[in-house]
Amino acid sequence: MTSVLADSAPIVTGGLTKRFRRQIAVDRIDLEVPNGAVYGFLGPNGSGKTTTIRMLLGLISPTAGEISLLGSKMPAGARTALRRIGSLVEGPAFHPYLSGRANLARLDAADRYSEPRTSKVRIDSALERVGLLAAAEKRYRAYSLGMRQRLAIANSLLMPRDLMVLDEPTNGLDPQGTREVRHLISELARDGATVLISSHLLAEVEQICSHVGVMYEGRLVAQGPLSELRAGTVQTVRIDTDRTEDAARVLGELGLSEIASSPGHVTATLGDVAIEKIVPNLVNACVPVLGFAVLRPSLEDVFVSLTGEGFNVSG
Amino acid sequence: MSAAEVLVAASPPRARVSTRFLRSELKIIFGRRRNIAGMGVLAAVPVIVAVATYVSSPSQNGGPDFIIAIAGNGLFVAFGALALELPLFLPLAVSAISGDSVAGEANLGTLRYLLAIPAGRTRLLVIKYTAIVIFALAATFLVALVGTIMGLALFGGGDMTLLSGTQTSLADSLWRLVLSSLYLSAQFSALGAIGMFVSTLTEQPIGATIAIVLVDVMMFILDSIAQLDWLHPWLLTHWWTAFGDLLRDPIATESIQRGLMTALVYAAVFWVAAWARLSTKDISN
Repeated sequence: MTSVLADSAPIVTGGLTKRFRRQIAVDRIDLEVPNGAVYGFLGPNGSGKTTTIRMLLGLISPTAGEISLLGSKMPAGARTALRRIGSLVEGPAFHPYLSGRANLARLDAADRYSEPRTSKVRIDSALERVGLLAAAEKRYRAYSLGMRQRLAIANSLLMPRDLMVLDEPTNGLDPQGTREVRHLISELARDGATVLISSHLLAEVEQICSHVGVMYEGRLVAQGPLSELRAGTVQTVRIDTDRTEDAARVLGELGLSEIASSPGHVTATLGDVAIEKIVPNLVNACVPVLGFAVLRPSLEDVFVSLTGEGFNVSG
Repeated sequence: MSAAEVLVAASPPRARVSTRFLRSELKIIFGRRRNIAGMGVLAAVPVIVAVATYVSSPSQNGGPDFIIAIAGNGLFVAFGALALELPLFLPLAVSAISGDSVAGEANLGTLRYLLAIPAGRTRLLVIKYTAIVIFALAATFLVALVGTIMGLALFGGGDMTLLSGTQTSLADSLWRLVLSSLYLSAQFSALGAIGMFVSTLTEQPIGATIAIVLVDVMMFILDSIAQLDWLHPWLLTHWWTAFGDLLRDPIATESIQRGLMTALVYAAVFWVAAWARLSTKDISN
């Protein structure tokens, strides 16, 4: 049987579709997560990210399309592929009356491939890695949301993994916890793991992703290296000056568009104009340049340009 | 890289055959306060039967046959308690455990993490059902054991008069108690298979438990309607009271055998149904 899927990348899907009764949750998406990438899987709540992740992990079956996970066809190859994957799906879920450590011990016991003799050591080191060792004996029900999230991440670290699939890993974490998780993900990527991290907070993943896929109303509207996606959108320059009118005139002569003056600074869309020409021209025209910045579009700008809508609109 | 290295790299690590998962399952069942309290209730019945009988000293006043039988030999406390808990308490306990088996994990959301490990859907059902059977055995033998201890302590362990009128030794009557408990455990295990199937249909463990109890009670009701006598042999619960046949001399095996066959068929059918359901189910909680 021939397949449209290339086997090289850790995650490849072809025409992946999930239909729930009347509604199409995921509509013919072709994901490709390259080896070693930190892939930001982005989209507003309800855009189909979690449904896609559940299909990747074999929890729900696709209506149509195929999935290749670490070279194995899903769901047939679940047993081979899934044990190499650490996952966090739609928030933490544990037995409330067991301690954090006992919960991890249960999940480790359910793993056919885990070594019983090293169980204690692996559990402790996973707890330590997420900063939960001190609270290991507390019952899960007494954990704060942030601690619960950490325990779920610790679960994904019980075994060495080639691929991490993390659905909203920073949900419920305070800024400090968010930084720690970002750091942890960078660390995992450095050790050679491929990471797929979904989020509805663009700014949060922007800093750590090498690749991005953007979901919107069940469709994958864009995918690729972050730098390429950004290149497709407009860049803006900002000049701080006390002579805004003169500055605006010079920028207009240079060919910049959408020039907007406000007290103290001027912004304009760069277009095809070479960045290095701007400041010398301003200086030649005796405009004092107090500050100059090229504003790279944020992921949010990218998203708006792709969908024509704000990111917080839920599908 | 040599060919051998390629082979090593390509071959998956060996899966281990271990009882860890089952032991973890049993720890959760027997460590849960709700279940411990439930088993306390199961154990309380033989205690109440024994103490109430002892205090009212029926040997002088007469009373129901079964009470007189207790006074004659302590082991009848165990048989009496099993008979009293047969219609509701023991089935309720098994319903609670089996109803919780899959629905409880789905309700907590732990089911998705177990399956993502991957624990394996079929393997999960095997572990869950093994734990249900072990619980059915534990609950039944708990009642029998407490009944035996209370009975022997308060009434002594002389010869026992069987239902057929003959006398038998303490050792023989203990053996008959073990057989009765095994027989009832098998019946409750069949109910547990129904329970596990119901448990795969929902994410509400309490709802599943109620549904199983309803099925159990409905079978008792149908069994009591004389006009439906053609249906009776097909009802699981119809054969439960056949454990009394183990108290005859010689043991009447016909109903016991038929009861075991019925339990086996019920267990197999609902096991397969549970498997068919879970193996294709979308885990969206």
